[in-house]
Amino acid sequence: MTSGTQAPQSVERRDFLKSMFASGALVIAAGVGADGLIQAQRANSSDQHQAENADAAGNGEAFRPNLWIAIHASGKIEIVAHRSEMGTGIRTSLPLVIADEMGADWADVTILQAIGDEDYGSQNTDGSRSVRRFFDIMRSAGATARILLCMVAARKWSAKVADCRTEDSFVIGPQAGQKLAFADLIEGAKVFDDLPASRITFKHPREWKYIGKETVRLYDLSDMLSGAGIYGADIKLDGMKTAVIWRTPTLRGEIESFDASEALKIPGVEKVIQLPSWHSLNPDAPAFLAWGGIAVIARNTWAALKGRDALKVKWKPGADESFSSHELMKEMTQTSQADGTLVRQDGDFAEAMKSATSSHEATYTVPFLAHASMEPPVAVARVSDGQCEVWAPTQNPQAAQQTLQQVLQIEDAEKIVVNVTLLGGGFGRKSKPDFIVEAALVSKMLGGTPVRVQWTREDDIRFDYYHTASAEHLKAGLDAKGKPQAWLQRSVFPAIGSTFSSMAVQGSGMELGLGFSDIPLDVPNIRCEVGKAKAPARIGWLRSVCHVFHAFAECSFTDELAHKAGRDPYEFLRELIGEPRIVDLSGVEKAFAYPNHGEPLEKFPVDTGRLRRALDTVAKQAGWGRALPKGRGLGIAVHRSFLSYVACCVEVEVERSGKVIIHRSDIVIDAGLVVNPDRVRAQIEGACVFGASLALYGDISMSNGSVDQGNFNDYQMTRMFDAPREVYATIIEAPDHPPAGVGEPGVPPYAPALCNAIFAATGKRVRELPLSKHDLSW
Amino acid sequence: MKINVNGSSHELGDVDPGTPLLWILRDELNMTGTKYGCGKGLCGACTLHVDGQPKRACTLRVDQVGSGKVTTIEGLSKAGDHAVQEAWQAGCVPQCGFCQPGQIMTAAALLTENKQPDDEDIDNAMSGNICRCGTYTRIRQAIKDAAYAMRNPLKAGAKGGSHD
Repeated sequence: MTSGTQAPQSVERRDFLKSMFASGALVIAAGVGADGLIQAQRANSSDQHQAENADAAGNGEAFRPNLWIAIHASGKIEIVAHRSEMGTGIRTSLPLVIADEMGADWADVTILQAIGDEDYGSQNTDGSRSVRRFFDIMRSAGATARILLCMVAARKWSAKVADCRTEDSFVIGPQAGQKLAFADLIEGAKVFDDLPASRITFKHPREWKYIGKETVRLYDLSDMLSGAGIYGADIKLDGMKTAVIWRTPTLRGEIESFDASEALKIPGVEKVIQLPSWHSLNPDAPAFLAWGGIAVIARNTWAALKGRDALKVKWKPGADESFSSHELMKEMTQTSQADGTLVRQDGDFAEAMKSATSSHEATYTVPFLAHASMEPPVAVARVSDGQCEVWAPTQNPQAAQQTLQQVLQIEDAEKIVVNVTLLGGGFGRKSKPDFIVEAALVSKMLGGTPVRVQWTREDDIRFDYYHTASAEHLKAGLDAKGKPQAWLQRSVFPAIGSTFSSMAVQGSGMELGLGFSDIPLDVPNIRCEVGKAKAPARIGWLRSVCHVFHAFAECSFTDELAHKAGRDPYEFLRELIGEPRIVDLSGVEKAFAYPNHGEPLEKFPVDTGRLRRALDTVAKQAGWGRALPKGRGLGIAVHRSFLSYVACCVEVEVERSGKVIIHRSDIVIDAGLVVNPDRVRAQIEGACVFGASLALYGDISMSNGSVDQGNFNDYQMTRMFDAPREVYATIIEAPDHPPAGVGEPGVPPYAPALCNAIFAATGKRVRELPLSKHDLSW
Repeated sequence: MKINVNGSSHELGDVDPGTPLLWILRDELNMTGTKYGCGKGLCGACTLHVDGQPKRACTLRVDQVGSGKVTTIEGLSKAGDHAVQEAWQAGCVPQCGFCQPGQIMTAAALLTENKQPDDEDIDNAMSGNICRCGTYTRIRQAIKDAAYAMRNPLKAGAKGGSHD
């Protein structure tokens, strides 16, 4: 072994990780990960896993080349999944990168779900960034294990390490018959505790067996089909109680008094306690704090629900009493008609308008939306003796850990263990740990009794962190051919920042960077502005965030301009995108610096060539231009988000009665290098349905400060009969580009493509979502 | 009170007879494959069979089950190999997976009644089950594949290949 083995042993895990993130190369940490692995096991506690866990826990037999991998003498290979599984397949996709790079046989792999621990780097599973942020790190982890195993084998064979390779959990040497199982090499490998980054080599992509192939099935598939998958509500601890919470219908409501006597008469109800409201803890903004309310604690769920129904509560609505989302929409629409704060300027919009032959303007609105994941929020907690352990379907276990530290006043993060279960959908809702905080507070107030806080569907719809409502105003100055030479767009919406600070009264550079300040059209004079809006609701982020309304407005407006010019919408949009080029974003104001989804523009530029290729691909695939009978239409849209390029074409039928039938949806994605093609297709197929739901029905309204909807009868989702009937999802081959986002980018172009199709079918332009508000009969 | 679930009789002891079957399964019998999604019979996540008929466990009082034979996702097949489960496997239908036990139970009941459902039959049978991830097209295809496999047992295992 080289002098690398002499590297200091006392370095903390997190320092290894830091250096790893900084350099993109992995440094080996010896003997780490055991805690994480042990804790991880509790979340997914099948018997088999527990047996493996015993091995991992005590006798040190496993070879642990780094935080992510343990190879056991039995041949079992454990790989840690540190991101949350909420339907993207990430619990399969990142581990398969490790397995491929190390040469492990997937059949030998057991996946362990990590607890929340900053040593893993970010575990915040949103922003469509799991693969793009961790692909290189996973490869490094796998490659390190491969090289260390090859070093042991090479020494035995007196061969060169470079002449050894791995396959199906064996190291294979240069001479015939030289073949040793990983499990037979781990004793030798354990002596190594460091590998300099310079010694790490990677497989050539043509050697990949799993990455980019269809060879690995979804790890949790069988469990999901047999009912064995463990989601948040499926955790059961000895002596565990169930709690449901009554919350004030308004965000700043206050409980004046309550009478629990009837509730306590219900068999099974054991206790009723009041939780502090978020505003009693932090008057400025709710952040991730629990809403507060009255918790009914019972022996079982049904008793808790009945007990809550039996509570008599006197409350007052507080400052939000008169808030109406209908009024807010009117105000925002007005705001969008007036000058706002400059976000981006190319050329001179006002000057260019003077020479325009004609102009066109339109205002688009999208209401508040709820996440409505199929699994309502739920968490299990046990808090006693200054220690806290929770089990939850969380997208962000570290945020949960940090918020619990703050709320429970536990200084030492290691005393708070956050176990991550499978998530029954997340869509951004489960990045917020408020429901986990509730469970911990209740357990603490009960003196350490384990408790599960179960949200009902009504709780979920009424106490969400909503996707924000918006008004977008667009105006174009057109030349004689109807092509825009001047382009103005204003974006008005209550900001996510308002959830964390009352000072946040307009969109930030982050939010405006979501498909607004980076508008990629080939127009010489562009002006982007933002306007103020305030709303007394918890604003959060929902799958694709502000891209939803920015893409809806921009992709609808380009379609309007095409029709105004008497042009084919696809051809017109293609011209507007222009020739392949990198979009110059130097016109973006410093105060709204373009974040590019957290990635450098050099690595992920805004590339109109890729945008146009996506558009061309979908047009060809969907048979753009084919003749359709009256009442049928095709609509097209394209949008870059989360560094990916997605185009969508929808074929719709609008019956004379106005009923909308979505016959066919074509969707294509250029996400650069793709790790798990089947799951990428699944994500963009699902995005069509998600997009159809929000376009057809999505509407959370608020009256007198409280949410009007409560369940799937009044907050509707598309179902089998009205969802897109045929969906054709295609991945554009772009393996030379680094991996980009997948979970969210399918959503933004869907609603505008659908509305553009409805216009083609009926001549009716919908500028206010949802469609269910409109009479589309003809 | 006794109920029969997946072929076994369970004495329930002291439970509120008005408790929905869903919570009896989950809280008393520790069978968590049947999911809570809405509590109002609106989403289908809790679908199971009583005497072969699909029912919403969240709105079905346990005292109305009587001597009915309850089948949950855990009891649909011994080894997760019901034709519907196999078709779901082959088509890799689930995303988050949470609604899938309910989807599978509804689909299995449909195929017991109707050996060759067309699109309209599938719409009618499945529209009570919401999938927020949006797996509907794969569910539709998997139902057709399962129907094909059930009609052609000798070819079953040759996955999919729906000619419907």
